[in-house]
Amino acid sequence: MNMSATIERSFKPADYKSSVKPVWCPGCGDHSVLLSFQRAMAELALAPENVAVVSGIGCSSRIPAYTNCYGFHGVHGRSLTVAAGLKVARPDLTVVVASGDGDGFSIGGNHFLHACRRNIDLTYIVMDNRIYGMTKGQPSPTTEPDWDTAIAPGGTGLSPFHPLVVALASGANFIARSFSGDLGGTARMIVEAIRHPGFSFLQILSPCVTFRPDQQKGWKDIVRNAVVPETDDPGRAARRLMTDDGFNTGVLYRGKRPPYQPAPLASMDPSQLETEFDI
Amino acid sequence: MTVPPDSAKAWSVAEFFAQALAIEIEASERYELLADQMDVHNNREIAAIFRKMAAIEAHHRDVIEKRAGKARVDGKPAKFSWIGPSGPEAIDFEDVHYLMTPHQALQLARINEERAARYFEEIAATAQDPDVRAFAREMADDERRHVVWVNEWIAKFGAEERPAEDPDPPIYQE
Repeated sequence: MNMSATIERSFKPADYKSSVKPVWCPGCGDHSVLLSFQRAMAELALAPENVAVVSGIGCSSRIPAYTNCYGFHGVHGRSLTVAAGLKVARPDLTVVVASGDGDGFSIGGNHFLHACRRNIDLTYIVMDNRIYGMTKGQPSPTTEPDWDTAIAPGGTGLSPFHPLVVALASGANFIARSFSGDLGGTARMIVEAIRHPGFSFLQILSPCVTFRPDQQKGWKDIVRNAVVPETDDPGRAARRLMTDDGFNTGVLYRGKRPPYQPAPLASMDPSQLETEFDI
Repeated sequence: MTVPPDSAKAWSVAEFFAQALAIEIEASERYELLADQMDVHNNREIAAIFRKMAAIEAHHRDVIEKRAGKARVDGKPAKFSWIGPSGPEAIDFEDVHYLMTPHQALQLARINEERAARYFEEIAATAQDPDVRAFAREMADDERRHVVWVNEWIAKFGAEERPAEDPDPPIYQE
């Protein structure tokens, strides 16, 4: 009898659900993203204790609390820095980073560039609702320039941030987009993103029912699967993005750069670590 | 629109029941999640409706399990049903609102039941295996009965009421 044989575990989406009930508004796209994440985890059969979900601040960043994986709800815009440190120190863990368009592209914009460039094996999921929802409806980096509200009469007039263009230009190794209303499609994109080595970026269009109710019906009608197949050629991906209106879903780019993973340092006794903090 | 995949025409009885169970499990779990959302936002009336719908779908799941007997794929339900954006009998998360009325909630439930009935009717009309066609017809009849129940439930609420006024409406913060 082979005593070292491994036992294959199978999981259901519910195995990744925590006992904390989401406080997102009913109708919010983030509910769908959470379920897609749970389905993706079950599909990948990753044990919850081998997955860490790291987030920053904002509605979408509440997601670690709603999963049964390890979670770290960090500071605004700094989820990628925490996740990078975690992955470098614990390469055995699957590290998923969750953010929103404000947290990820404004406050954490600079970290986004360098995370793409470093190409550490992380999966970065940004739930993009084109607004700061938690702080009550301010325009975000991805808000349309002519979005007219009391807070920005006539619109901001500012050119919106294009996350996929920035990710490609900065060196992300996997770039994709999905729509929260497509639960199965989003789950498949998360699976693909996690499986691909290196820094994977997934923009999920996730409507804000409260401050952008216009998105709720509009996006459902506009979003479509991209007709152009994925590519490993950054030049071809860049040309495709020149005509992208922000509503094509699917994998855009699947690069071949090897992930950055420094060799682990010699192990250290925890008591030795304390000396590092001596004043 | 959620329709059976082309491969449904060639489904065995076991494959059919696996999908049918996956659909009912998804429906029941979705109603539970929506009930949780309504509880969190203190719309207890709608939470109770969704909770009851979850129980109805869970009961239907149990009935199908019995009906399926040993005709299951590896003795297990389908791992996961990716037929359309959602299962034929699951409300989309985006379709609910914390101030929704019983009428609105039950109309969504009715749409679900009608969609599920059409889904099984399609299989009943196109499956190659006569046993699959017969079981699909039973399922479609179950769903049509659920439509009648939901219609009776809607009627108990009388005239359509207006959505409650929001005591704390979203205000854009400068």
